[in-house]
Amino acid sequence: MVPLNYYLILGALLFSVGALGVILKRNLITMFMSVELMLNSANLTFLAFAREWNQVSGQVLVFFVMVVAAAEAAVGLAIVIATYKNRKTVNADETASLRD
Amino acid sequence: MERWIFFILAAVTLAGAANVLAQRRAVHSALSLIVSLGALAGLYALLGAPFIAAIQVIVYSGAIMVLFLFVIMLLDPKSEAEEVDKNPGLIFVALPMVAFLALALFFLIRSAGTPEARPADGPSAIEAVGRALFTEYLLPFELTSVLILVAILGAIVMAKKKV
Repeated sequence: MVPLNYYLILGALLFSVGALGVILKRNLITMFMSVELMLNSANLTFLAFAREWNQVSGQVLVFFVMVVAAAEAAVGLAIVIATYKNRKTVNADETASLRD
Repeated sequence: MERWIFFILAAVTLAGAANVLAQRRAVHSALSLIVSLGALAGLYALLGAPFIAAIQVIVYSGAIMVLFLFVIMLLDPKSEAEEVDKNPGLIFVALPMVAFLALALFFLIRSAGTPEARPADGPSAIEAVGRALFTEYLLPFELTSVLILVAILGAIVMAKKKV
């Protein structure tokens, strides 16, 4: 059996990669994909603890995270499309009209 | 044996995730993310969660990523190719920051030690998940359908012709 810590470290690394993507990438769609990576690292952690403690609640929570992720992707991508229609760009730096 | 499967799947997951950042075109990033999510589904199965592994493939690698690809291909393909880094110095801030985050998590996990395993609460895997979903978590489960409905309406309103 693979120890719990291996899964947790993998989850931490995956979360870090996702965070790096959100910070570095300027394409709105790629930033969204990085957020999905971070959500998945949380899911991995949930499942690792669910197995460790033999609790089914972890799996149920992962199910809810996935539902929320699906809703988030639908609304978020609609926002990306609306942004593109209004500004003709998906670059996050060029949509910062509040900052300027 | 299980350990080897874990290491292979973990390597594929991390390589796919890193490739999401390395690619400059959003389509390539999305395809790489699908590989990463598929390997994660394998890890979920390895963790004794076949139901979650299945909906990971169906919902994540299937529905959500197809949605991403639809949007990428709906928008102008030229606009994603020219993703110029207007801020090249950002990587010198972001890399140490994220490296610190990763190291902090790593040492935190290492120092925490493994918790003692608790006794199982009933039969494992799919049957237990279904039972918990429809008894203990019935109200949140029903509320997710409302959430999905609101998300659909929100997506339609957002993406309509004139916002």
